[in-house]
Amino acid sequence: MSFTITIDKRKVLVDEGCTLIDAAADNGVFIPNLCYTRGKPCLGTCRVCSVRVNGKVTAACTVPVQPGMVVDVNEPEVAEMRKLLVEALFSEGNHNCPSCEKSGRCELQAVAYEVEMTASPFPYRFPKREREDAADHIFLERDRCIFCQRCVEHVRDEETGQAIFAIHGRGTKARIEIDVGLANKLTPEQVHAAAELCPVGCILEKGVGFEDPMGSRKFDVKSLRRRMLEGETS
Amino acid sequence: MTLDSVPKEVIFSHDMPAKALDPELRKAREAKVQIATISLCGCWGCNLSLLDTDEALVDLLDKVHITRSSFTDIKRIPGQIAVGLIEGGVANDENIETLEHFREHCDILIATGACAIWGGVPSMRNMHGLEACLREAYVDSPTRPVQSAPVVPHHPDIPKLTKKVYPVHEVVQIDYSIPGCPPDGRTMFKVIDDLLSGRGFSMPPDFNRFD
Ligand code: SF4
Ligand code: SF4
Ligand code: SF4
Repeated sequence: MSFTITIDKRKVLVDEGCTLIDAAADNGVFIPNLCYTRGKPCLGTCRVCSVRVNGKVTAACTVPVQPGMVVDVNEPEVAEMRKLLVEALFSEGNHNCPSCEKSGRCELQAVAYEVEMTASPFPYRFPKREREDAADHIFLERDRCIFCQRCVEHVRDEETGQAIFAIHGRGTKARIEIDVGLANKLTPEQVHAAAELCPVGCILEKGVGFEDPMGSRKFDVKSLRRRMLEGETS
Repeated sequence: MTLDSVPKEVIFSHDMPAKALDPELRKAREAKVQIATISLCGCWGCNLSLLDTDEALVDLLDKVHITRSSFTDIKRIPGQIAVGLIEGGVANDENIETLEHFREHCDILIATGACAIWGGVPSMRNMHGLEACLREAYVDSPTRPVQSAPVVPHHPDIPKLTKKVYPVHEVVQIDYSIPGCPPDGRTMFKVIDDLLSGRGFSMPPDFNRFD
């Protein structure tokens, strides 16, 4: 069944059961996000897709569309709020893009461009986060982890369904951990998929460095906005 | 020691006697928008990037006069000017003094590049601490001359290092930032041109680059 909702004062037709973030994309309205992956269960961890629904701020990936819903996406106050959320992530970890393997393919960086971030207004923390290299084929560059939990929920041992990644500790002590035994069972394709799923340059494939030159990297060739509006899954 | 406390008999480059400028030329220069650039704890790459705009720079120079820069190498900005471009973060007390001088004398202050915006490569020392870095460089360094005692350079004339490397906006108010390491010359040109033409600052996604 289809019905109409209002996004930024425009009436659009949406399908029942659809998530607001997808319905917006299908109607040409880009909502930035970092933890959501189209087609996968919603995580709702990053809040970067915050919009105003019927006057209340909420994460667009967590909301199924309802008839008559009134949504503000690009209203300046909500847009500014999303921008601040992204900026906070940059001062929370260590993001040295010029030396990052994921640069040009990184969703955090691409989203920062979309929200027109130039500098984070928050004090940069420069936390000390140890790199993890115990697994045979995976590095964890913890400086860059944004705790989106994509890897925790979506990367699992095929046999047992057990999680391979987990977040230990809370707040400033939070740390992404890897089950080395289970990680070593992953096929090269699964390792590659895990590295691709990580929105930032935290999960890295050992032996793979800078693949494409500047100018021909994923988001150089086609922006994150265009990819999302065309319904690409990551 | 600060610049102001330097004895009067010391002559800085900006105090050096120079031949008076041709009055016509001086007038023409003064009619233009005055701009200054500086590198604090940076590598001069951002300044070079501006030079990379090649022939666009010639057009720009029709509208602006660059007062203090890596070419003129005068230490201080003469009078109040329109735009200051800051490259590099804050890593020592001389950087703080220079940055404050720029803030006082520039109507608009722009942070250019990763180092100015968040500390960049030099801020990697923040994760290790100043003492560990100095020890590694001067005491435990494998290339240190073994026959002499290790010395960490110190002299009143050498600027004192700050404990951490700071983004410039954590020290003074910054009006705009241009990301990149270095920012693309075209992006720097766009920002300056937008401001000169009264269009205001904007950094659309297809211009923005953090690497
Ligand atoms: S993870 Fe993304 S934002 Fe962080 S340093 Fe790498 S490219 Fe930059
Ligand atoms: S490692 Fe990557 S995917 Fe996992 S929580 Fe951190 S940022 Fe998210
Ligand atoms: S941002 Fe990059 S190019 Fe600019 S001063 Fe720093 S290291 Fe050099």
